[in-house]
Amino acid sequence: MTPELGYAATVAALVLAVYGSGAAAWSAVKGRSDLRASSERAAVGVWLLITACMLLLVYAFLTFDFSVKYVATNTNRGTPFYYRITALWGALEGSIILWAWMLSLYTLIMVSRYRRTQPQLYPWALAVMLGIAAFFLLVMTIPAPPFERLSPIPADGRGLNPLLEDSGMITHPVALYLGFTGFTVPFAFAMAALIVGRTGDEWITITRRWTIIAWYFLSLGLLIGGWWSYHVLGWGGYWAWDPVENAAFMPWLTATAFLHSVMIQERRRMLKLWNLALIILTFSLTIFGTFLTRSGIIGSVHAFSQGSVGQFFLAFLALVVLGALSLLAWRLDRLRAQGELDSIVSRESAFLLNNLFLIAAAFTVFFGTVFPLLSEAIKGVKVSVGAPFFNLVNIPIFLALIFLMGVGPLIAWRRASAENLRRNFLKPVLIGIAAAALCRALGVANTVVLVCLALVGFVAATIALDFARAARARRRTGDAWREATWGLALRQNRRYGGFVVHLGILTIALGVAGSQAWSTQTEATLNLGETVELGGYTIRFEGLQAAEESNHFKVTGAFTVTDRRGPYTVLTPAKKFYPQEQTPIAAVDYRLGFFEDLYLVLGEFARDGSHATIKIQINRMVSWLWIGGLVLTLGAALAIAPERRRTPAVPRAGERAVA
Amino acid sequence: MSGRRRVLRWAIPLAVVPVLVLLAYGFRTDPREIPSPLLGKPASPFALTTFDGKAISLASLRGQVVVVNFWASWCIPACYDEAPSLERAWQAYRDRGVVLIGVNIQDKDEPARRFLTQFGHTFPNAPDPSGRVSVDYGVYGVPETFFIDRKGQVRFKQVGSVTDEIMKQHVEKLLKEPA
Amino acid sequence: MSRPLTVVALLVIAALAAAAPLAAAPVNENTVHEVAAQLRCVVCQSLSVADSPSETAHQMKAIIRERLAAGESPEQVKAYFVDKYGLWILLAPPRQGFNLLVWVVPFAGLAAGLVLVLVLARRWSRRAAAAPDLARPDAAMRERIQREMAEREP
Repeated sequence: MTPELGYAATVAALVLAVYGSGAAAWSAVKGRSDLRASSERAAVGVWLLITACMLLLVYAFLTFDFSVKYVATNTNRGTPFYYRITALWGALEGSIILWAWMLSLYTLIMVSRYRRTQPQLYPWALAVMLGIAAFFLLVMTIPAPPFERLSPIPADGRGLNPLLEDSGMITHPVALYLGFTGFTVPFAFAMAALIVGRTGDEWITITRRWTIIAWYFLSLGLLIGGWWSYHVLGWGGYWAWDPVENAAFMPWLTATAFLHSVMIQERRRMLKLWNLALIILTFSLTIFGTFLTRSGIIGSVHAFSQGSVGQFFLAFLALVVLGALSLLAWRLDRLRAQGELDSIVSRESAFLLNNLFLIAAAFTVFFGTVFPLLSEAIKGVKVSVGAPFFNLVNIPIFLALIFLMGVGPLIAWRRASAENLRRNFLKPVLIGIAAAALCRALGVANTVVLVCLALVGFVAATIALDFARAARARRRTGDAWREATWGLALRQNRRYGGFVVHLGILTIALGVAGSQAWSTQTEATLNLGETVELGGYTIRFEGLQAAEESNHFKVTGAFTVTDRRGPYTVLTPAKKFYPQEQTPIAAVDYRLGFFEDLYLVLGEFARDGSHATIKIQINRMVSWLWIGGLVLTLGAALAIAPERRRTPAVPRAGERAVA
Repeated sequence: MSGRRRVLRWAIPLAVVPVLVLLAYGFRTDPREIPSPLLGKPASPFALTTFDGKAISLASLRGQVVVVNFWASWCIPACYDEAPSLERAWQAYRDRGVVLIGVNIQDKDEPARRFLTQFGHTFPNAPDPSGRVSVDYGVYGVPETFFIDRKGQVRFKQVGSVTDEIMKQHVEKLLKEPA
Repeated sequence: MSRPLTVVALLVIAALAAAAPLAAAPVNENTVHEVAAQLRCVVCQSLSVADSPSETAHQMKAIIRERLAAGESPEQVKAYFVDKYGLWILLAPPRQGFNLLVWVVPFAGLAAGLVLVLVLARRWSRRAAAAPDLARPDAAMRERIQREMAEREP
């Protein structure tokens, strides 16, 4: 019964979405508010139906309904309760449902916020969003139906991929998709602006908060992915330049560029064409990302490729890109460049460079990801493009971006005088150089790391100095301490939210630099009672234990760790043997620290527990990535907080209040 | 807007078409399918000790058609699917100048022997504990089967399980060639 | 020294050198790691042999160590793997022929972008020099400007 209901709900949702999209578009063309209201009701219906699909599928999971192929492939009777719920998005079909559901939810939010305030743009934005939702529903109906039946019904399911049995699995896709789908809203409004011809700043002002929220969730999704890779996969790293990781990174890069360049459009009315192109690029890259993950054309650990889904996504990608760019080309005359720069040394230039570098990084990642395909198409030779390439090209770009993070917020608009430059940057530059010199003296030898440290010091100093100066000014005009600092941040929340986000990025940069340069590792085969030393830790093999878990067989090793001060902890890395997997899955054990993590992976072992091989890693500064993520969260929250101003100026006669 | 600009602006969407074409081309290729650079080259020599304790080396088999099959007991289901075909081929061709050798990689002694007993393999099987032979043959997964001609050159590599037809097709072809 | 004696001495030295056994180079683990970091683990998708926890990577690392110890250079070890697996075993393609593209194009793109930004910046600043200044601010605007300036300057 469940599969039939689910399928019916999917088809109904598809029909409603198509209708709603058409009705919204027609209502905009003909100015008919009744059609518009009808399309809004269709949007509600779509959300309700997709929610029903999700609930039906979860119900199938919870009741072990193995007549549903998706349930049988992704769980078995031993799968723990919470994983049975989150298995919903564990594979292809479910991930599409999740995407469609978030899209429909965002559509509803958009409807409630803008139906009265944006009568011109809103119907077209609604049409675009429902159209995109219709595509995902189409995928759910034809190539990747989640409710496909399995006959004969197996007694037990195959089970979830063991790598997915982790908290990261619960949160990573959710955060990532909230980010991806979030960019649909600014994209929809950009399309609406192009269609209607109102290519001014409206669509940007409307979607400013959406962009920051989507950007934040994408950042969070990427960080959680890194965390998951770090503590589950057993290689001690958090980013492998895997094609699917790249596919999620590219839209993040272009979205960051977009976030910044809209500030120029707001202030200086410049770059209208560029901003439209950027949001089209960002949205297209999110679709490209899902295409890459699901088409199987480039091999990856993540790819859940299947059947003809890839072709559907490619067709959609082509439609989106060609359609959106054609709209842009059509409206080109309204987007005449009105650029005005007083001087090359100005904030405008800094932002332009910021955009340049971010797009260059995105292009590098794109080219490197697609190059194996190009090489095969043109030369017939298969090559790999991996970490050595991406690191080599991207590191200089990222260092340049860190530098710009310090320059951009402080340098003057229009024209930066020598005085302005000296006042804002002299001290930070000195502090940066001093920071690098200090680290050099402390023994840091790696040039790239030293440059990174200098730049981080520079940027941090610019932020601190700017904040201190502004707080001091407020104190001078009579504010209490709290008001001068906390109040300042709240009042100019966009600026200081941005600063906090930059601080978060700096923290992550330090984490990346430190972990790449200062981590060590070793491998050892230990007999019972034998020890091995690394970086001040002594690790002793105490023995092995075997246990039967609900859906796997687990062998756990016990290792006591002592450091210079005495006994530290006991680590229990394990190997899990799942019947449905060909090779055992390593369960890493680790102790996290502020400056270093101790990380142990169990390798080969003797059946009788007499000896075991372990890989020990001391990963330094990795925790700074996660801390940076927390700082990012605070910054983003501050940036989107409702604007608060000092007591508004009392309006004098004949003047409007300065808002 | 000038006439030229009017036309040029359509270059914007058209510029994306080559990328889309490249992506579409991607459907015709399989990223997991890697062509072996060993085809047409002399097969790497190896010297192994079978599970029965006998020594076996490629050099001593020059002049015969040699089929080398890489397998593991944890390779489910592919190695299990092809095992009967291998034994059947061995029975059919062992007296016609064909040698079939199984190389067991990344496995443990007990499960490997159990695999051999389960399928009643009578052709020589040897473990490759250090993985040297598997790397010498560019093995990146199991099962993989190499067909070596009488002159000692690798002529064909089967990635994935073999079937009776595949065995027959290649062995017959190589048998017809002179030493 | 007289000529014939020099020749004999050189011959003796050469003979001794040839007779000396090939010293096994002490293998630096860092070198093993470096070479392993440039090879792709064949059973994972994007990890290097150095990073991968798989058994295959373990065996490949042992082979790297063996070959380095036997006196091969890192280049020769890499060439061995390329011979057996093909170019894709390298985590980044060699900088020659068609593969040079992947190394050059991103930098070329960046350079081209820089040039573009400079050209645009020039064009826009010339336009600004020609355009007249902003409208004069009114009283309320002036008061607001003064207030905000007070917030920014010490």
